[in-house]
Amino acid sequence: MAHAEQAGGANAGCWGPEPGADPRVLTAWAALAGVMDPEIPVLSVVDLGIVRSVVRDDDGGGDGGGDGRLAVTVTVTPTYSGCPATGVIVLEVETALARAGLDATVRVVIAPPWTTDWISETGRAKLAEVGIVPPPAAGKRALTAPQEAIACPLCGSTDTAQISRFGSTACKALHRCNACLEPFDVFKCH
Amino acid sequence: MTIDTQQALFGFALRLGDTSLVLGHRLSEWCGHAPELEEDIALTNIALDLVGHARLWLSLAGEAEGQGRDEDRLAYRRDVFDYRNHLLVEQPNRDFGHTIVRQFLHDAWSVELYERLATSPDAGIAGIAAKALKEVRYHVQHSAEWVIRLGDGTAISRAKTQDALDRLWPYTGEMFEADAASSALAAAGIAPDPADLRAAWAARVADVAAEATLTRPADGWMHKGGLRGEHSEHLGYLLAEMQFLPRAYPDAVW
Repeated sequence: MAHAEQAGGANAGCWGPEPGADPRVLTAWAALAGVMDPEIPVLSVVDLGIVRSVVRDDDGGGDGGGDGRLAVTVTVTPTYSGCPATGVIVLEVETALARAGLDATVRVVIAPPWTTDWISETGRAKLAEVGIVPPPAAGKRALTAPQEAIACPLCGSTDTAQISRFGSTACKALHRCNACLEPFDVFKCH
Repeated sequence: MTIDTQQALFGFALRLGDTSLVLGHRLSEWCGHAPELEEDIALTNIALDLVGHARLWLSLAGEAEGQGRDEDRLAYRRDVFDYRNHLLVEQPNRDFGHTIVRQFLHDAWSVELYERLATSPDAGIAGIAAKALKEVRYHVQHSAEWVIRLGDGTAISRAKTQDALDRLWPYTGEMFEADAASSALAAAGIAPDPADLRAAWAARVADVAAEATLTRPADGWMHKGGLRGEHSEHLGYLLAEMQFLPRAYPDAVW
């Protein structure tokens, strides 16, 4: 089970610019905060924790030269292996950074694997606002321990049940409230 | 036969990529046909994960081979005899119980495999395995719960589930079969010997079968051949459908 902890543990928040980062890198992060996940459009790719890093490239090199735009490399990671949104996200990241005057090379990496622990506090709040129950914040316990009672996002009752572990997108499960009878989405711990 | 590490990586990644791809395609055949909406969504979600794993493995295979073949080239431009998937996963869906039993037998194996590969010294293999492991843990919970529900269900559901287990059992031996690629990687400490997965797999299967009130079939003669490209007739029909578009329009791109 050791590998399940590698990405969690002390890493409580999402990825972001390091203190004192280069202005170009800060510009890129600011632009990325406006790129919404295509399947959960209330979350930005930064909220979702799928942007791993932004680094400044040498202006002379790479494919950034010629048109005056400044080059950066953005590293992103998919939530699920087969997530069909990954291709769209890469395209939208390139587009958003181009609008910010940056020429982005987007790399997709899978290791270390994405975890719901990387969803930011803001992201969790936004999920809750639209009625999607955020994943448990602390590590991977939900994968191995019995599920804690999940409160209905509509009426607050904890008399709820899982209908299906696989919901409207790969990252969500479908639950139902036994009090108000409404179905609702739960972001799976991953 | 001894082969070098790159050839072994190619063969090993091809086996896992093809197995994931063929099972993913089989599950996708349920889209719009599952017995209930939630299950329709679940089976296609699992299919999506498996096709995602196939993309990663086939990309790795293409890199190891070094002949310029990418994931699409490997998926769409090889015929039956070049596929290295397990015969289990190409078996037709038949009824829902049959699909679920096939899935459980595979999932119980893939969890054991990916747990071991996640600590492989080969970064490419370990990266894919750590990613896939998170997903297949959900898969095996799901398929195991269904096996229990169907086995310990009505007389009809129990009979169908037992029939599926009896029919599919002779296809399970191949998952633990070594070939030149797995032997070379096992010798190099990069991947486990497939036979080493058997005990943990068998224990999980026995537990679930017992809870499902199903009789675990006796180990007897096992079908083999998938690792050498000798497949059942079913794979040809599957590939004909899956490969139609890229075969008919070879230069088509999104």
